[in-house]
Amino acid sequence: EIFKLTSFLSLSLQAKMSRSVQAQRLEGTDKNIWVEFVKLAATYSTVNLGQGFPDFPPPDFLKEAFVRALSGENHMLHQYTRAFGHPPLVKILAQFFGKLLGRDLDPMTNVMVTVGAYQALFCCFQAFVEEGDEVIIIEPFFDCYEPMVKMAGGTPVFVPLRPKAPKDGKLMSSADWQLDPAELASKFSERTKAIILNSPNNPLGKVFSRGELELIADLCVKHDVLCISDEVYEWLVYDGKEHIRIASLRGMWDRTVIIGSAGKTFSATGWKVGWTVGPNRLLQHLRTVHQNSVYHCATVAQEAVAQGFQRELELYGKPDSYFVQLPKELQRKRDWLVQSLDAVGMNPIVPEGTYFLVADISKFKSDVPDVPDSDEPYDSRFAKWMVKNKGLAAIPLSAFYSGAHKNNYNHFIRFCFAKEEATLKAANDILQKWKQEKNSP
Amino acid sequence: MLFASRSFCCLGIRTYQLRTDLHSRSIKLSASATMAFRHKNTRRIEGLDSNVWVEFTKVAADPSIVNLGQGLPDISPPSYVKEELAKTAAVDRLNQYTRGFGHPSLVKALSQVYERVCGRKIDPLTDILVTVGAYGSLFSTIQALIEEGDEVIIIEPFYDCYEPMVKMAGAKPVFIPLRYKNNGNSASSADWVLDPAELANKFNSKTKAIILNTPHNPIGKVFTREELQVIADLCIKHDTLCISDEVYEWLVYKGNKHVKIATLPGMWERTITIGSAGKTYSVTGWKLGWSIGPQNLIKHLQVVHQNTLYTCPTPLQEALAQAFWIDYKRMDDPDCYFYSLSRELESKRDRMAQLLQEAGLKPVIPDGGYFMIVDVSTLNVDLSDVDEKQPYDYKFVKWMIRSKKLSAIPLSAFCGPETKREFEKYIRFCFIKKDGTLDAAEAILKNWNKQTA
Repeated sequence: EIFKLTSFLSLSLQAKMSRSVQAQRLEGTDKNIWVEFVKLAATYSTVNLGQGFPDFPPPDFLKEAFVRALSGENHMLHQYTRAFGHPPLVKILAQFFGKLLGRDLDPMTNVMVTVGAYQALFCCFQAFVEEGDEVIIIEPFFDCYEPMVKMAGGTPVFVPLRPKAPKDGKLMSSADWQLDPAELASKFSERTKAIILNSPNNPLGKVFSRGELELIADLCVKHDVLCISDEVYEWLVYDGKEHIRIASLRGMWDRTVIIGSAGKTFSATGWKVGWTVGPNRLLQHLRTVHQNSVYHCATVAQEAVAQGFQRELELYGKPDSYFVQLPKELQRKRDWLVQSLDAVGMNPIVPEGTYFLVADISKFKSDVPDVPDSDEPYDSRFAKWMVKNKGLAAIPLSAFYSGAHKNNYNHFIRFCFAKEEATLKAANDILQKWKQEKNSP
Repeated sequence: MLFASRSFCCLGIRTYQLRTDLHSRSIKLSASATMAFRHKNTRRIEGLDSNVWVEFTKVAADPSIVNLGQGLPDISPPSYVKEELAKTAAVDRLNQYTRGFGHPSLVKALSQVYERVCGRKIDPLTDILVTVGAYGSLFSTIQALIEEGDEVIIIEPFYDCYEPMVKMAGAKPVFIPLRYKNNGNSASSADWVLDPAELANKFNSKTKAIILNTPHNPIGKVFTREELQVIADLCIKHDTLCISDEVYEWLVYKGNKHVKIATLPGMWERTITIGSAGKTYSVTGWKLGWSIGPQNLIKHLQVVHQNTLYTCPTPLQEALAQAFWIDYKRMDDPDCYFYSLSRELESKRDRMAQLLQEAGLKPVIPDGGYFMIVDVSTLNVDLSDVDEKQPYDYKFVKWMIRSKKLSAIPLSAFCGPETKREFEKYIRFCFIKKDGTLDAAEAILKNWNKQTA
């Protein structure tokens, strides 16, 4: 049958049919851990500390702004707004970040609104990375960086944060995970187009210090490399630490694109409003990508976020500011979860920022025996076993490492603690029960 | 040239590394010498930075201008649509991430509506992708399935983003124009047709896809079943994909029927059909669209989506799902918004056509969509003194905005380089406007002859 068929078709048609229908740029980018783990959590979990989103609502003032925008006489908020960002939003962002950076920012050229920080990252890679370019990615990393670099035709070059042993008796902190300066410097080459920095860092919660940022900045300047600075967790910083913006360091404004997120800033991940801030010379190219991919972002949420920022500008630094209240609230939750995990021997790495926490599962290994020839990293099998058998969902740390390095730190899992007290308490109950089961004969 | 400057900049860096003095001034000097090269944009976006909308929406933003340019309604969306969105803010989980490839209740609603329309089973999880507007669907489709070495056939005039998107994917756009075939007096969008032999000539072994837009923007043509069959036959013969942009699918006027090319034999497996909430519900600012097709194609669009923006906004998707359920239940009822909007627009179409005819113009009456094109060369407006090197219609629209306070969009924005001359006498009006706007347009058109010399 097939023989008859192929002789029937023209040679060129045969050639076309033997090629895969999808474009090559998708090669190596189809795997996505979230699709699998979100499904598992939905099916099995009673307590979901996996995917990173709050289970508490956005603040009332933000929801009210959304409803207000909709109930007004102006139904034009249901129509297209300015493609590069709704004017009230870009204006307030320019004002707000101008103040933080100590610069005069033009809302029309130094700010662009995107569909979440995710799309901002996409625009950066598409605008600046192509075949022949290398992009330095610090491990562990938010998993989308690698496939985005690949889809842009670039080569990811990985450099790990390495854990230093904590001082005696102390819990490990995310600050104990550090870059080796010589190792980092060795990753920069003539082909290095950009480095992607994420501070505060997902999944570890590391908040890069001034010294660490200066190290990176010096190398960027020396090698004339762009810096894509993913700062979505910029307000979630604990213990009085300061979030330092690398763009404010010497020589960095001209080569940095700062990325932010309303979802993380205002606990409204489902609104998908993000932004980029940077020099026009760089943003002009992000605008080109944006206008040829999604073009406009939804109007109403932009209007509400603008009002949210207006309120925060007025309350900046004051106790009522959401940017003061939210980290205070989350620090409490962090401390609660740290205590919970420590009490059962699942050693937590205390995060300096973000709403994620990584814990060492070594003491629980007996529950999930090693499978020597398994393709799957140990922590991934552990996390799957845990959600199915304990109803507690978390994400394996190997999800945040490149293929070659997935087994380097395979006894850690990541928890999200942006959850109601009841959720965290339920997690504690599961952990306590689990520990008791381990201890009893 | 590129390589020469690259080795120069490397030399510069190595020389620098020999220096022990890390003074900031020297850092800045050597950095700025190489800065222009290093921070250059990628090849994929080269030449794609200009855009007719960026140019004309700015010009027409002045509130004293009667704006019939950009395709956005100034009529209100139906009240239940607005209400559904207002309700979502109160539901906590609707403010957080939903399923990446599409909010469950929305893909379910879409599968029901389109199963009915297409007469075939559509799996909500594998056959549908929700995107940021139909624009996002076009982008996901092209990025997923088109690459360097491919040719993509684009019918002119075309919605302007098709060409840059195909180029950004590294492929070659191959243009074929709709040609006006009638010699009679009153022009209809049906008079603009493809020459079958000319079309067949455009297909070759490199042709990866053809982009079809029906109902058509800007002409308003609704491709007939016979016309679609010609395209389908060629797609099947050459094993070509079809990207069918059907955003105006519900806006079809009396005597016309929207036919989905995916329903023709042999076409479902090679077609991605694109739809838009913005056009369906008059909510362009919601930026929600969808791609529907066979799993083996949609799965690649889903990969692009998960690597570009991952998920679309939740509250908008939930509200849209609710609106779809309301109208799905009354798809047999003439009050269904899919039909009532079309009736409302038909009378606006007729009014717009009359206004233009009374001003001495010959509009092309559209069978669908909410745009109308008109040949303005008969007005004989002399713009030879304007020395901008732009096509006539660009100059005309700018002049019209300035001196008549009425805006439209120049048609050559929707053409490839070869046909700009043919189409530069046409401009496009958008008529999904409230009565007040059309009244204001009427006043301008009535007074037109009084002001021209």
